[in-house]
Amino acid sequence: MKRTIAIAALASAALTLSGCELGPKQSVQNGHRGTGMDTVTLKKVAMAKDDVPAPPYESPSTEGPRAREVYQNVQVLGDVSEEQFTYTMAAITAWVAPEKGCNYCHNPENMASDEIYTKVAARKMLQMTRNINQNWTKHVATTGVTCWTCHRGNAIPANYWALPEPGTNGIIGNRHGQNQPLPASAYSSLPNASLALYLTGDPKTDKSIRVVSDGMHPTTANKLSVKETEPQYALMNHISTSLGVNCTFCHNAQAFKPWNISTPKRATAWYGLRMVRDINGQYISTLKDVFPAHRKGPMGDPFKVSCATCHQGKSKPMGGYKMAKDYPALWGSPTATPAAVPAAPAAAPAAPAEPAAPVAGAVTTATH
Amino acid sequence: MALLSFERKYRVRGGTLIGGDLFDFWVGPFYVGFFGVVTAIFASLGTALIFYAASQGPTWNPWLISIEPPDLKYGLGLAPLAQGGFWQIITVCALVSFSSWALREVEICRKLGMGYHVPAAFSMAIFAYFTLVVIRPVLLGGWHFGFPYGIFSHLDWVSNTGYQYLHFHYNPAHMLAVSFFFTTALALALHGALVLSAVNPPAGGEVKSPEYEDTFFRDLIGYSVGTLGIHRVGLLLAMNAGFWSAVCIVISGPLWTKGWPEWWTWWLNLPIWS
Repeated sequence: MKRTIAIAALASAALTLSGCELGPKQSVQNGHRGTGMDTVTLKKVAMAKDDVPAPPYESPSTEGPRAREVYQNVQVLGDVSEEQFTYTMAAITAWVAPEKGCNYCHNPENMASDEIYTKVAARKMLQMTRNINQNWTKHVATTGVTCWTCHRGNAIPANYWALPEPGTNGIIGNRHGQNQPLPASAYSSLPNASLALYLTGDPKTDKSIRVVSDGMHPTTANKLSVKETEPQYALMNHISTSLGVNCTFCHNAQAFKPWNISTPKRATAWYGLRMVRDINGQYISTLKDVFPAHRKGPMGDPFKVSCATCHQGKSKPMGGYKMAKDYPALWGSPTATPAAVPAAPAAAPAAPAEPAAPVAGAVTTATH
Repeated sequence: MALLSFERKYRVRGGTLIGGDLFDFWVGPFYVGFFGVVTAIFASLGTALIFYAASQGPTWNPWLISIEPPDLKYGLGLAPLAQGGFWQIITVCALVSFSSWALREVEICRKLGMGYHVPAAFSMAIFAYFTLVVIRPVLLGGWHFGFPYGIFSHLDWVSNTGYQYLHFHYNPAHMLAVSFFFTTALALALHGALVLSAVNPPAGGEVKSPEYEDTFFRDLIGYSVGTLGIHRVGLLLAMNAGFWSAVCIVISGPLWTKGWPEWWTWWLNLPIWS
C-alpha cells in the first residue's frame, strides 16, 4: 500500500512538473510599477530559423545602366542598377526558393517570360515589399522588410491563413467554428477563424476590431453583444502569441480602449493591423487568378498573411535586425515602372485620428 | 471569569509561547500576550506608513490611494522610500503582524485546550499573501512583482497579471481555487439556512435538534455530515480555496510564461491519441 502511494505520488509529481516550464525566465516591465504590466518569458526559446542570412555578395554599385534598359519585362525593379538587380535576384532566390533556384520562377530559356505563375506572384510581392517599406513606416519604421522576413527559405511562409469553409447546419458534432484548440485562437475555446472577420483587406467584409459599447443598454442603435467580443478576443490572442508577448505589451487592462493609459506599442500594432489588411486586400487577394488550386484555401482564396507571418514569435521580427538596409532595391517606389502594372498599390494610409501620443510607460528590463 | 453567565471561564493562566507571565493579561475582553504586543506595534507602524506614503502620493481619495511596489530594476534589493521602499517596509510590517496574530491565536488555543484549527486556517490566508508578495517575487527576481496596496490599484494589478497569461480562467489551479471559493460560500449559505430554519420554528412549534436535521437529510439524500462535521467541511473548503489561490499565482510566471489556454496542449499531445 505504501509503495503504491509512493509510486502514484511520484508519477503525479513528475506529470505535474512535465506541464511546467522550468527553465530560467526573464522579465520586461511594460508599464508603471504596480500596474502588473509585465512580460515574463523563458530566457531560451527555440526559434525556427531566426538567423538572418548574409547578403549573397557585397552590395554592388547603384550607378550604371538601369535594369529596365538591360533586361526585358522588368516592371518593378527597373529603376535599380543592373548590378543591384542581379544581386537582389540572387538574394530573393536564397530567401524564397533556395533549392529550386532561379527556375522556380523563371523559364531558363526566356527569363523575361511571365509563363510561370510564381514570377507573376513574385512581382506582386516585390510591389508589396516596396509599398511596406515606403508607406508603412509607422509599423516597420526604418527596419523595413525583405522577402526573408516572411519566407525564411520557404516558398510558402510558415504562417498563413485562408477563408474558412462555411459552417454546417444541425447540432450534432457541430462546433460552430469554435472550441477547437488552434494556434489562431491561442488554443482557447474562442472562434477559430477570427482573422477572416477582420483582416481580409476587403472593406466590405472586414468588421471593426473595436467592440466597445457606448451605451449602458442594448438599443436599436447599440447592438453590440458580449458574443461579438469573442472573435475580437481571439484576434488579440493571435497577436499576443504571434509576437511572443501578452495583452499588457500594448494595453493596461484597467481599460483597454483609452489610448492615454496604453503603451506606445499599441499605436504600432494599430498601424500593423491596417498594414495586414492592405497586404491581404491589395496584394494577395488580387492574385486569386494567378495561383493554382493547391496554393489556395478551401474557399479558393490565396493564402493570406497575419501578424505571425512576419513576427514568428518575436515582438520585432528577427529581433529587430535591420536586414533590409542591405537591399536598396527593396526601398524604391512601388510603382517604379508603370508598364503593365495590373493594380495600383495602396495609397499611403490616411493618418488615423485614434492613436494620439500614447504616454510613454516606464519600461525597463531585467534578467534573472 | 466569563462575561456571559453560560460562557465557560476563558481567562486561563499559562499556555504562552514567549514571555511567560509578563504579557499574560487581558485588556477588557482581549487577551494581550507577547504576540498581541508585537501585532499592535507592527500593525500600527504599517498603518502609519500607509498614511505617510499616501500623503506623499497624488490623492487622498480612499479608492485611488495606491502604495506601489518598486520598479523591476531594483530586483530583490531595497528601493528608495518613494520608489517602492514604502511598499517593502509595509509588507514586512504586514507579515510580522499577521504572523504574530496567528501565534496569539495559538496561545489562546493552548490556554483553552483546543486544537489549532483556527490558527491553521488563518495561516493559510497568510500563506496566500506571503506567496503573492514574497515567494513569487523572489522566484521572478524582483519585489516589482508584488501587488500594490490600493483599493482600485490592486484590482487593476489582478486584471493585468491575469491578462499576462491571455486568459486566466484556463489556469488549472485558478479553476480549483474559484471552485473552492464558490463552494465555501454555497456551503455557508446552506449551513446558515439549515440552522436558521431549525431554530426558528413556526409559531407554537419546537426548535429542531441536530438529530432532527440528521434524520431529515438521511431521509432526503442518504447522508448527513452532522453538526461537527459541517464545520470540518467548511474548514476544508476554505483552506483549499486559499491554498489553490496561492498555487495559481505562484505557477503563473515562475512555472509557466505563455497563455494559460496553451498549457492544456499537454493533454492534446498525450501519446495516446496524438
